[in-house]
Amino acid sequence: MLLRHTTDKIIEREALTINPAKTCQPVGAMYAALGIHGCLPHSHGSQGCCSYHRSALTRHYKEPVMAATSSFTEGTSVFGGQANLLQAIETIFTVYNPDVIAVHTTCLSETIGDDVNQICQKARTEGYVPEGKFVIHCNTPSYVGSHVTGYANMVTSMVKHFATVSTTPKNQINLVAGWCEPSDMREMKRISTQMGIKTVMFPDTSDVLDTPLTGKHEFYPSGGVTIPELVSTGDSKFTLALGSYSSEDAATLLETKCKVKFSVLDLPIGLQATDKYVMALSRASKMPVPDSITADRGRLVDMIADMHQYLYNKRVALFGDPDTLVPLTEFLLSMDMKPVYIVSGTPGKKFETAMTNLLLKKVPEAKFKNGQRADMFLLHQWIKQEPVDLLIGNSYGKYIARDENIPLVRVGFPILDRIGHSHFPIVGYQGGMGLIIKILNAILDKEDRECAEEKVELTM
Amino acid sequence: MMSEFLTGREKQIVRSGTTSEAILCAKPSLAGSVSQRACVFCGSRVVLYPISDALHLIHGPIGCAVYTWDIRGALSSGPELHRNSFSTDLQEKDVVFGGEKKLYASLIELIDRYKPKAAFVYSTCLVGVIGDDLEAVCKKVGLEKSIPVIPVQAPGFNGTKKDGYKVACEALATLVGTSDREIPKFSINILGDFNIAGELWLLLDYYRRMGIHVNATITGDGRVDAIRNAHKASLNVVQCSGSMMYLAKLMQEKYGVPFMRVSYFGLEDMSEALYGVAKFFKDKDLMIKASEIVKEEFLRIMPVIKEYKEKLQGKKAAIYVGGSFKAISLIKALRLIGVQTVVVGSQTGTSEDYELIQQLCDEGTIIVDDSNPIELSTFVKEKKADIFIGGVKERPIAYKLGLGFCDHNHERKEALAGYEGMLNFAKEIYATAMSPVWQFTR
Ligand code: SF4
Ligand code: SF4
Repeated sequence: MLLRHTTDKIIEREALTINPAKTCQPVGAMYAALGIHGCLPHSHGSQGCCSYHRSALTRHYKEPVMAATSSFTEGTSVFGGQANLLQAIETIFTVYNPDVIAVHTTCLSETIGDDVNQICQKARTEGYVPEGKFVIHCNTPSYVGSHVTGYANMVTSMVKHFATVSTTPKNQINLVAGWCEPSDMREMKRISTQMGIKTVMFPDTSDVLDTPLTGKHEFYPSGGVTIPELVSTGDSKFTLALGSYSSEDAATLLETKCKVKFSVLDLPIGLQATDKYVMALSRASKMPVPDSITADRGRLVDMIADMHQYLYNKRVALFGDPDTLVPLTEFLLSMDMKPVYIVSGTPGKKFETAMTNLLLKKVPEAKFKNGQRADMFLLHQWIKQEPVDLLIGNSYGKYIARDENIPLVRVGFPILDRIGHSHFPIVGYQGGMGLIIKILNAILDKEDRECAEEKVELTM
Repeated sequence: MMSEFLTGREKQIVRSGTTSEAILCAKPSLAGSVSQRACVFCGSRVVLYPISDALHLIHGPIGCAVYTWDIRGALSSGPELHRNSFSTDLQEKDVVFGGEKKLYASLIELIDRYKPKAAFVYSTCLVGVIGDDLEAVCKKVGLEKSIPVIPVQAPGFNGTKKDGYKVACEALATLVGTSDREIPKFSINILGDFNIAGELWLLLDYYRRMGIHVNATITGDGRVDAIRNAHKASLNVVQCSGSMMYLAKLMQEKYGVPFMRVSYFGLEDMSEALYGVAKFFKDKDLMIKASEIVKEEFLRIMPVIKEYKEKLQGKKAAIYVGGSFKAISLIKALRLIGVQTVVVGSQTGTSEDYELIQQLCDEGTIIVDDSNPIELSTFVKEKKADIFIGGVKERPIAYKLGLGFCDHNHERKEALAGYEGMLNFAKEIYATAMSPVWQFTR
């Protein structure tokens, strides 16, 4: 037993986190920044953090992930990081020549009190930033929030630095992508294109972290939202913020700054969330929903109907990020499954409210918790008290899955031991079908393997 | 266009045979570089983490703990406590008011629950600046719970990964010598093998066949009690000079335990290690047994190696690994299977090793310290390498360039040490260099 140290008795912990269900802000900021075309993320801190965040993203995507660091030394931690950041900006523009440098902080630079805003300003006025190039920044102290917060902060800084109102309004809709995979971003765009709607999605990591092998290493791959596109978001007709934790702040700022109205939706995971996404797109653009999309929806419903007897009443434990967990829980409920345990290390009241609304009537016995000490250890203890049929979450679920012999469907960040998440979406009607297939394969494969011999069924 | 090299880095790159100048290393990375280097904390953590019956608690914000959670594939034959991630998950109020209380509470909770043999408490950058008195808390808990509670002062900004090795060695040194059990006559400690993919177990088998008693393994499949008794061994056999030399030197000074530097990678080096240990004990029997093992293993392995060599002849490799000592073994091992090394680099090399590399390599080989992706891609293309040997961040770049890749770092999945390891290595290089996928990339 790998996790033989997990007890089934719940012990109240006051200080300790065991096997976290979150990570730190900068990795989110780095991921978001990669969704700008020609952007080099920059970690203002010691080089270790940067190295860890790059490795985490590299392992998850199996793609090169570039980011620079201010390389703090002991002296920097005493005297402050201004000189390092200025030198870094100069070095980066001469050596790596990006269009944008997206600076995020680390625990260290936050705690010693570096004023990144002021340093970036100084860089601009003192000529460290060449004509037509940009430096943007956000603050990402990891002792606040989680990786999701870091993502949200970087997305918000995109609005802060670029969104502008011009004299000519644009017939386009902004899509602020909450934290999801390049495949999901691609799919959300595909749906809006199918409806004939012009959109600007930011950030957009498709064609950045899912690039083809060509024999060349493109330091700046072809994807990502461009600067002119980001600037134009101030002229858009409407904004859809997808996932309140990771995108609402940006949409709010865009409204304040450029008077672009917005609504906040869940990431379109599952039937109902996708319905809402499609309807919102239609409403905002005054475009009808094309038959091809209605047909996709019908196929998803058909699939659920075909297999509902196998899905019914299956107990599921989930962990990961609120923006994914909320629509995922809703989707499971719509398939008559039972999400019984849900944890997220990301703090914030919204999670609790959303889960209460979803679960109170339908699964009154459900347990959920987020924030401090909502970790994998707690989840495991719950599972030990009363087992589940399925586990959904990132790769760190594999220990529990093995120890308790529960099938694991990998959704979330990070996925370090399987592929496919960057290529096949879980959003939209088609993504929903993909998810059902994964869930059923996991459950039924186990059943076929383990049920009594006389019970093996050919037709299911 | 991107300029090829960071100015100010020229001295960290040399071409063997074209200059008499020594390479500049042990230099902090330039601000603004896409360095492949990690931090002090990382260094100390990877070294200590395989001690599987100890508690490893990371005092700091959550990230530092998450990124080092079960990351290395260091196998344990017993306890699995080390595969959990324990963190104090510092919050804003802790940053303002200090995290000592939280640390204390966490330690007590953990020790009460798991009864570990010792506890290592790592401080990260943040703790380095908020000024928690790690030492005092550790001391207090140590007294209350009567186990060694060892502070590992590893704020990342204090240097590179290599500096973290030293911090780890200092932590280990506080354990060594705190027990006094008698042990058999021909006893050694194995230092600097981390039992990645079970490598240590291969080595234990060779030593057992020779009649050598392995006292403590530091730190692969490591146990606190054995480490406490490590000073009783007659010899420290140190592999991968980077991480454990400091402890070996400390133990020599303090307990008079001599050390010997070896590499278990490649047939020559592996055999030399066994002979070296036998020679140390000045025992005829040991020597005979060592040569028997070598003979036996060579007979078993050489025919297979020869086959690989014929097929791989003329292939070119680029190496970029953590330490320069490992690079030396790799160059030799590659040569054995017909592969020529055309680029060699490491994150944190020493000047002596680099000098040796210069002598060892063919003329024109590029040698580089603390490189970055742009440089590496340029070198690899210029030298027309077929295979890249590196770590996690290099793998996808190599693939994008259409090169084969072999992980010789934490994430290797096959044991690469010893005779068996050489076979695995040859197999892995062959599989990746000859994969049909590369013909579709052009
Ligand atoms: S110091 Fe902060 S930013 Fe760096 S890895 Fe640790 S938690 Fe993340
Ligand atoms: S904060 Fe410091 S100790 Fe933690 S990962 Fe970053 S550099 Fe390393």
